[in-house]
Amino acid sequence: MLKSRPECGALIFFLSEMSTLYTLLRERFGTAILDTVDFRGEHTVIVERSKAADILRYCRDELSFDYLLDLSSVDYYLEEPRWEMVYELYALANGANHHLRVKFRLPEGEKAVSVSEIWPTAAWHEREVYDMMGIEFDGLSDHRRILMWEGYPYFPLRKDFPLAGKPTEMPDVAFTDKAPLDGGPFVTSPTSETTPHREPRSREKN
Amino acid sequence: MAEIITNHAAYDSKVEGNIFFTRVDAAVNWMRKNSLWPMPMGLACCAIELMGTAASRFDIARFGSEVMRFSPRQADVMIVAGTVTYKMALAVKRVWDQIPAPKWCIAMGACASTGGMYRSYAVLQGIDHLIPVDVYVSGCPPRPEALLEGLMKLQAKIEQSHSSATHFDAEKQA
Repeated sequence: MLKSRPECGALIFFLSEMSTLYTLLRERFGTAILDTVDFRGEHTVIVERSKAADILRYCRDELSFDYLLDLSSVDYYLEEPRWEMVYELYALANGANHHLRVKFRLPEGEKAVSVSEIWPTAAWHEREVYDMMGIEFDGLSDHRRILMWEGYPYFPLRKDFPLAGKPTEMPDVAFTDKAPLDGGPFVTSPTSETTPHREPRSREKN
Repeated sequence: MAEIITNHAAYDSKVEGNIFFTRVDAAVNWMRKNSLWPMPMGLACCAIELMGTAASRFDIARFGSEVMRFSPRQADVMIVAGTVTYKMALAVKRVWDQIPAPKWCIAMGACASTGGMYRSYAVLQGIDHLIPVDVYVSGCPPRPEALLEGLMKLQAKIEQSHSSATHFDAEKQA
């Protein structure tokens, strides 16, 4: 069962400075807090994988982050460890309106810890992460695919999965085929500076 | 002074009553093309334009297609309006198979016609991979006028069909 909403009125007052929050986390978890990043008003805490569940639970119970905005994963293909889990936390209680991002890295083949016990909304997000990237979750009660069908053999958001897809066949359920990508795939470079640079174009060299 | 009409020969309503001559095909086609009940297969934003086409400003009723049927058993034309994902594809095929013949299909918009901008692992690259399409309507999404023109093209196609002749030929050969 979900615990009742934490009583945290006093704490929110202190959290008006994000550095207070970092201090609280460091005091409590020490070296498990690997790094903190502030970028254009966005606050990120990079944490140790083994302590991630404890830290996230602490964020909810003690630091009043009662709302999980989103949960996602990143594929750092050819890097080690390959996966990164990203949690977007939000403190709605008493109008606190704090946004905190928590990240941890995860090697291939290892299960991520499920936070669906902490925020029940995480269950569907974790199913999506599993469906798209194949990261499994320890403690997730419902481990079905959510977007693709049961029995689809690939994890299509992995970097080594081709954009065009792969042919599959499940009689009476679904099939897939390779999409034609003449001259493509056409991809945009979102961080490049000018609009012409950002136009979707083929990255293959002719 | 009464004028004797000699060249209006064939039909005299006083003698013959309300009869007019036509071909079976012409009559059947005329009936079919003016009451095409659509099966709205709305799958994405095209469905919004499809609704617009049905609503008062564009009024698909002018073409006899105002009776949107959500049961395939009662439909004549399936309007595939939107992106057909692989997950949805066999469901679309199943609904199509449940429509009794004669039946027609309009692929509305880029996605239903070719997969559109979704060159992707998840999207069927045109509904014609699964079911026969009579009319393709371009656009992303097409405006209601475009869909209506597609419908008129389908009507023109039905007008040209020789369904009864085919039917009798098949009977003769059987």
